[in-house]
Amino acid sequence: MSSDLEQLYQQIILDHARARHGSPLRDDDGGGEVRYGESHQLNPVCGDEITLRAGVAGGTVTSVSWDGAGCAISMASASVLTDLMQGLSRDEVMPLVDTFRDVLRSRGRVQADEEVLGDAAAFAGVSRFPARVKCAMLAWVALEESLLASNA
Amino acid sequence: MPVIETPVTLRAPATQRAGGMTDTEVYSIRNDFPILGTEVNGRPLVYLDSGATSQNPVSVMEAEQEFYEQRNAAVHRGAHTLAVDATDAYEDARATVAGFIGARADEIVWTSNATEGINLVAYAMSNASLGRGGEAARRFALGPGDSIVVTEMEHHANLIPWQELAARTGAELRFVPIDDDGVLRLETAREVIDPRTRIVAFSHASNVLGTINPVSELVRLARAVGALTLLDACQSVPHLPVDVKALDVDFLVFSGHKMLGPTGIGALYGRAELLNSMPPFLTGGSMITTVTMERAEYLQAPNRFEAGTQRISQAVALGAAARYLGETGMQRVEDWELRLGERLVAGLGEIEGIRVLGPAAGLPRIGLAAFDVDGVHAHDVGQFLDARGIAVRVGHHCAQPLHRRLGLTATTRASTYLYNTTDEVDAFLDAVSGIRTFFGATR
Repeated sequence: MSSDLEQLYQQIILDHARARHGSPLRDDDGGGEVRYGESHQLNPVCGDEITLRAGVAGGTVTSVSWDGAGCAISMASASVLTDLMQGLSRDEVMPLVDTFRDVLRSRGRVQADEEVLGDAAAFAGVSRFPARVKCAMLAWVALEESLLASNA
Repeated sequence: MPVIETPVTLRAPATQRAGGMTDTEVYSIRNDFPILGTEVNGRPLVYLDSGATSQNPVSVMEAEQEFYEQRNAAVHRGAHTLAVDATDAYEDARATVAGFIGARADEIVWTSNATEGINLVAYAMSNASLGRGGEAARRFALGPGDSIVVTEMEHHANLIPWQELAARTGAELRFVPIDDDGVLRLETAREVIDPRTRIVAFSHASNVLGTINPVSELVRLARAVGALTLLDACQSVPHLPVDVKALDVDFLVFSGHKMLGPTGIGALYGRAELLNSMPPFLTGGSMITTVTMERAEYLQAPNRFEAGTQRISQAVALGAAARYLGETGMQRVEDWELRLGERLVAGLGEIEGIRVLGPAAGLPRIGLAAFDVDGVHAHDVGQFLDARGIAVRVGHHCAQPLHRRLGLTATTRASTYLYNTTDEVDAFLDAVSGIRTFFGATR
């Protein structure tokens, strides 16, 4: 088996693709303090799709949940994102999304810092497969939009 | 049980090879295709994506290069020698491609691809509906109360131009549904196609299912109500003998890059009397007789539909592609791909968790198979195969409504051509058998 392929589909990614933390989408009501934002993202090339909802209270992400259909990379990425983002402040989330995007778009040139990205560092292998970057970014773009919507 | 077309064999060119194709001949054919000798990800390339785009033999690439090196000039204008040579090459290619599908040269309009061919007819009908083309073009006009009929298995290229035509004219877009095996429901077609139907547009062979549609039956239904017919022959002209007169369709489109030719060139066949009474789609230079500041008179077909400087070198190269296929013999190509297709479907059927779309094993299909892998997304399947040098198509294959009908969003498609060997099919099957284990879908 090609080592590139194993770099791409690390065990942690395959596990998250099955476990899907944060799915299905919750129609939760966190009380008066929590503001919700939702975003639907579609990759027309392969049909990968996600609807993600983020709850924010006092500037902190209190919940992330989603419904999605797609490849292992896109589904695992949404699952990892759910674990990573809860409890972070809005000001922490946005730079993290940018860091993740920089790693993915680097074609292998930017190292992923596990201290910063946690399990999401496992997606560094995706950067060698430009056609798959959009798969890995799908949920992260949905989160960005959800947070903007929750602030509206 | 639908009527399956008996393909009509063209008169064999003198140089056509005899007997059925074998792996030995295919290995020799492969020498004509430089790219097939390359490696991908450290593995020999196994190219199973010819349904999307085919590879080019040396003779096709040389035809295009030779044109630029020795004959490049604008066609149908200029009195210099190069202009005459270029025009000859361009029109020779038209005659070759016309002969390849049993048409007359003046019934072949060059287009960029099949998509443009379909849009050309749709916009000509749109223009006729606005009164353009006068009395002669009335037969192409449509409006509220009229209908356009397609099928549920169409490629987006043979769906969206008709959605748009319906929206512009107020006509209704209807479709002939398919059953669970991907076979057109002809009993429903008899109700869908009615006296208000103006055109019936459908594919000869499905790019997803591989089904070969009952052309004669649909043409008969359309004719009976005075409707025009347009056949999307993208997956048939490259793979089996096609004779437009035997099929008896009014229009037929195909793309050059799916039949060993370059990108950027395709053709629309239209019965001469129809093309000559149809208003143009694109307008401009080279398609006119007399022009004043107020109006213009148009040339006869095919020039009427070829405004502006054309894709000359691509047309010349497509002529070379048609010659290559003609010399190999389209009946032989069809028979070979049928064998590869049967091997694909039978082999996939033996692998646990694989669902092959389209006709069951043993029923007629062109040499392709789209399939779903239980628990593994098509995109991941394609990535896994690519790591082994195997190129397949993944996604909805530009047929979202068909996938939705079958309860899927994306599938993987392996499509063969005359240069694929049985060894390649076996290598593909061997790789597919390891997919679910790799992704943990067997747990």
